[in-house]
Amino acid sequence: MSSTIASRKRRNEQIAFWLFRLLSFGVVAILFYILYFLVSNGIKAISWEFITQMPEDGMTKGGIYPAIIGTLYLVAGSMIFAFPIGVASAIYINEYTKDGVLKKIIKQMTNNLAGIPSIIFGLFGMALFVNQLKFGDSILAGSLTLGLLALPVVIRTTEEALKAVPDTFRQASLGLGASKWQTTSKVVIPIAFPNIITGLILSIGRVSGETAPILFTVAAYFLPKLPQSIFDQVMALPYHLYVITTSGTNVAESRPMAYGTALVLIVIVLIANLLANALRKYFGKKVKMN
Amino acid sequence: MNKLESIDLNLYYSDFHALKNVSMAVKANTVAALIGPSGCGKSTYLRTFNRMNDLIDNVKIDGGVLLDGKDIYDKAVVTDELRKQVGMVFQKPNPFPKSIYENVAYGLRVNGINNKKILDESVEKSLQQSALWDEVKDKLKKSAFELSGGQQQRLCIARALAIEPTVILMDEPASALDPISTSKIEELIYELKKKYTIVIVTHNMQQAGRVSDYTAFFYMGSLIEYGETKEIFTNPKNQQTQNYITGRFG
Repeated sequence: MSSTIASRKRRNEQIAFWLFRLLSFGVVAILFYILYFLVSNGIKAISWEFITQMPEDGMTKGGIYPAIIGTLYLVAGSMIFAFPIGVASAIYINEYTKDGVLKKIIKQMTNNLAGIPSIIFGLFGMALFVNQLKFGDSILAGSLTLGLLALPVVIRTTEEALKAVPDTFRQASLGLGASKWQTTSKVVIPIAFPNIITGLILSIGRVSGETAPILFTVAAYFLPKLPQSIFDQVMALPYHLYVITTSGTNVAESRPMAYGTALVLIVIVLIANLLANALRKYFGKKVKMN
Repeated sequence: MNKLESIDLNLYYSDFHALKNVSMAVKANTVAALIGPSGCGKSTYLRTFNRMNDLIDNVKIDGGVLLDGKDIYDKAVVTDELRKQVGMVFQKPNPFPKSIYENVAYGLRVNGINNKKILDESVEKSLQQSALWDEVKDKLKKSAFELSGGQQQRLCIARALAIEPTVILMDEPASALDPISTSKIEELIYELKKKYTIVIVTHNMQQAGRVSDYTAFFYMGSLIEYGETKEIFTNPKNQQTQNYITGRFG
């Protein structure tokens, strides 16, 4: 009797194990298929000219240089805005605010902000930055809009990073007569820094691929020259991809360019991740704990 | 004169009454041990002396805590300044992820001292006082995490000594250490009381007996008995104290 129970238990264990294994392999397989699909279709389009030349012939020939530059500007601009503000907010929430209603409200709002569809950010950015503040369709307006989108990611990851710093370090520092700010800046942030970088990685990944927020705030269909100031429009990879797949002069002929663009976008995100990971490892080693 | 004193001290965590009318005094250059079962309030009591409980939300304190006769909960007292006079060593060694040198120098640096000569002297002096100098003098620039647990704890003591406090609070400083490291810390406490007043929380009866001049027994937030360690251990007046030190509960 007991042996049938035991064998049923073992069988169920086997089923559960294989089910989980299958599902997780499935996820990885899908990911690899997407990558394979992009690489196999996009690699033909990739050449030195493709990443260094302006588009030509109604974007069926030439390169995507201005879109690459545009995306880099937008990522950099949004991070310059979102990273300091996000990190500062997280420090305020985690180090300075006492548990209570205020903290709850701030945290809830940050979570809500993270859940807002990106097109809403786009509309808000257009209303506030483009029209109200009269920045026009510009790198400035686009960066600020993307920055808003990245803020909750930066705040949340920074908060987690700060929370992971054991309280005993704070107590040790305060116990030596250090002020709260000295404790935060000299002890807590250095320890949390590798994980704060993670927030930067995640938000770069998110921001570089977003189309909706830049739709009404900065992105241009086609520009004959590179932007001269932060008040100029730019082309950007995700928008470029959208444009040449749906509304170019010749969608069919642009198809290889579209795959190429997608591949470049993925590679940029990948490089950003690798770079940030390397940074994280580097700073992680400096504060290695046992 | 009493170095430390508390008068009718009550402490509440929200609704929980954690310390009940605790009145006791510690003489200068003596070691006072706080003993009692877990949750009896001894650590909470220790932390009232450098206002570490202020860090916890919803703590309410009434009654007086005096350092050199002055109320440290007075509105005019700046906690940073208080904590320079009342150093603390924690249960688990908690050196910063910095070099050995920078760990000891930290307290001076945050108090505005950056002169290299003064720092060098203070680091050496403090490490000598904590009996660690000979073991680390050739690797001051190495990470504090390369030290053993016992060495780390002596480093934390040196770090506390560097800012030249007059009182040192120790919260079970040897509970995470092996017996040899523990005995080193105990010898150190014996040395340190010549210069400092020490209050130590410990779970270890023998340790309390070995290192302290006075012992206070806490139970459920109340100070049950306080007196000379010899008296408490050989001739306790209270039945609960007797039960606790003989290991009948706790």
